[in-house]
Amino acid sequence: MSASLAIETKDLGRIYKLRGSKKETRKELVALQGVNLTVERGELFGLLGPNGAGKTTLIKVLTTLLSPTSGWARVAGADVHAEPDLVRPRINMVSGGESSGYGLLTVRENLWMFSQFYGVPSKEANERIEALLEMVGLKDRMNTKSSDLSTGLRQKMNIVRGFLTEPEVLFLDEPTLGLDVGAMRDVRKFILDWLKADKERTLLLTTHYMAEAEELCDRVAIINKGKVLACDKPSVLKQRLQKDALFEIQVSPLNGLTQQHLLDQPEVTKAAISETETGAKLSLSLVEESALARVINLFTQKDVKVMNLTKREPTLEDVFVDLVGRSMAEEEEHGQP
Amino acid sequence: MQTSTSWRSFRMAAWLGWVIESNWTDPFLFAVYSIVKPISGAAILVIMYGIISQGNYDSALFPYIYLGNAFYIYVGAVMTGVSWAVVDDREHYKTLKYMYIAPIYIPLYLLGRGVARFITGSIAVFITIAAGLLFLNVKINFAEVDWLLFFVTLFVGVVMLALLGLLLAGITLTVARHEGFIGEATAGALYIFSGAIFPLDVLPEWLRPVGYFMPTTYWLELLRRSLVGDVAQAFPTLANFSNMEILGVLLALSVFFGTVSIYVFRWCDARARELGLIDRTTNY
Repeated sequence: MSASLAIETKDLGRIYKLRGSKKETRKELVALQGVNLTVERGELFGLLGPNGAGKTTLIKVLTTLLSPTSGWARVAGADVHAEPDLVRPRINMVSGGESSGYGLLTVRENLWMFSQFYGVPSKEANERIEALLEMVGLKDRMNTKSSDLSTGLRQKMNIVRGFLTEPEVLFLDEPTLGLDVGAMRDVRKFILDWLKADKERTLLLTTHYMAEAEELCDRVAIINKGKVLACDKPSVLKQRLQKDALFEIQVSPLNGLTQQHLLDQPEVTKAAISETETGAKLSLSLVEESALARVINLFTQKDVKVMNLTKREPTLEDVFVDLVGRSMAEEEEHGQP
Repeated sequence: MQTSTSWRSFRMAAWLGWVIESNWTDPFLFAVYSIVKPISGAAILVIMYGIISQGNYDSALFPYIYLGNAFYIYVGAVMTGVSWAVVDDREHYKTLKYMYIAPIYIPLYLLGRGVARFITGSIAVFITIAAGLLFLNVKINFAEVDWLLFFVTLFVGVVMLALLGLLLAGITLTVARHEGFIGEATAGALYIFSGAIFPLDVLPEWLRPVGYFMPTTYWLELLRRSLVGDVAQAFPTLANFSNMEILGVLLALSVFFGTVSIYVFRWCDARARELGLIDRTTNY
C-alpha cells in the first residue's frame, strides 16, 4: 500500500446471512460486492448513494466494526480485519440521524470522557472541547446535560466528539441527516475548516444529499446495491453528461403518461418522474435541445399541461440516473431489498 | 496491549459506570433506594424463614441463610454489572460502536463498568448484614472473625464474578434479543446451585454435582466460615474440607472459569463483528 493512501480496499465484499423462520431457508443479502477504492491522504472523499446502497456497511468495515466476507481493506496503513488495534487510534467516526451519548453527562463530560479513551491529556482535551464547541456554536450549552439538548444540538455534540481526537482518518456517516438547514450549513463549513487546518487529515463522508457531495467532496464514489458504479471528481463525473440537454419540467397530472412513453421517444436518453402535489416533476435528458418540441407534442397528445420548464446544468443526481437508470428516490423506493 | 491503554479503559469506564449508577435520581432518593432495596430483599427471606421454621431464629440455619443471601447480592451486582454494560451502551446510549472503535481494551472497559455495581452491591451487603445484627439477632462475634480469610475470599470471589460477567457480556454481544435477561437468569440459576440459602445436600443427588462445580458454592462457604465459622461448619456439605482446601478449590475453579470466560468473550467478540452485531439496536 502506498504511504500516501489513507484508505485502500481490494475486492471488498460483505454478505449478510438473514435468518428467516425455521421452515425458511437462510437468505443472503449482498451489502458490498467487489469494492475497489483508494483515498489519498488529505482528501475529502464522498460515498454517494441511496439508503441501503451499502455506504454504512462500507464504513462499518473500514472502522473495524464489521468483518468483510471477502477481499481486504486498509486504513492508515493497517488491515482493518487483521490489525484493528493499529487502525483504531488513528480513526474516528460520527453517525448522523441518531441521538447517541450518555444523557446523564453534560456535553463537556461526554466529550472529555471520549478524549480520555483516546489518551488526550486532560488539559489539552478541555482546551480542544471549548474551541470545537465554540466553532459549532454549542459553547454556551457546554454544562448542559446532553439529555436536555435538542436532536440537532446533540448531533453537533457528536460531530465534535469525532473531531476532538484529531484522527488521521475521519468517517462521517450522513453527518447532516436530520439537521435543519442552518445547522447543515454550519456543519459543512466546520468540516471544510477542519480539513484546511491540516493537509494530512482525511475525511470519508457518506451522504445521499447530492448538493452536499458536490459542495464538499474532492472525489465521489457513486455506490448502489453494494457496487461502486463510478468514482471521480464531481466535475469529471458530470462531464460525461455534458453532451445531453437536461430539462426539468413541472407538469399537471400525467393522465397515463409513463416513463416508458418518454423513453420510447428516440431523442430521450433518460427520464425520471416524481409525483408532486399538483402533478409531476419530470427530469429529462435529451440528445439535443430541438427534441424538446417532440416531447411537448407528446404531452399535448396525453392532455398533460406544462406548468414550468427549466434547462439546467447536469448534477450528480443526473450522473446517478445515467448510471442506474432511475433517480435515487426511485431507487430507494423500488430498488432495495 | 499497553498498560496505559488498559488502565485508562478501566479507569474511565469505572468513572462512567459510577456517574450512571449514582445519578439516575437525586442523592436523597438514591440513598433511600440503596437502603430500602437490600433490607426489603432480606425481609422477604426472613419472613419466609420465620413461617417455615415457626419462628426458630436461634437455629444455625438462620445465619446460614441470612449471610448466604446477603453475600449473594454480589453475584447479581457484579456479574450483571459487567454484562449489562453491553446492553446499556448498545441499546440505550447507542455508544457501544464508538467504544469499539476507540483505542481501548474492551474487556477491561466492561470490567470497569462493573465497578460501580460492585460499590453499590457492597453498600447493600453492608446494610443487609448490619440490619441482621441490629434487628434480627444474627450473631457475629467480631473478635473471632478471620478477617484475612474474609478479605482474601471476598477479593477472589469478586474477581471471579467479574470474569463470569465478562462471559455473559460476550454472550450478550452475540444475542440481539432478550439479552437484558441473561445476567438475571444466570444469577437466578446460580442461586439454587451455590448453597446460598440452603445446603447442597437438600438438592436431589443427581443435581448436586452442578453445585460442586460452581465456584460460588466455595466462595459463599468461605465467607460464612470467616464470619461465623462454627455455624457454617455445622452443615455437612463441605464439613470435611479445611478452609485452605476450600480456598484452593475456589482459586482453581476461579482460574478455570476466568480462562474460559476470556476465551468465550474473545470468540463472541469476533462473532459479533462477523455478524454485524456490535451496533445492532432492536428497540426490543
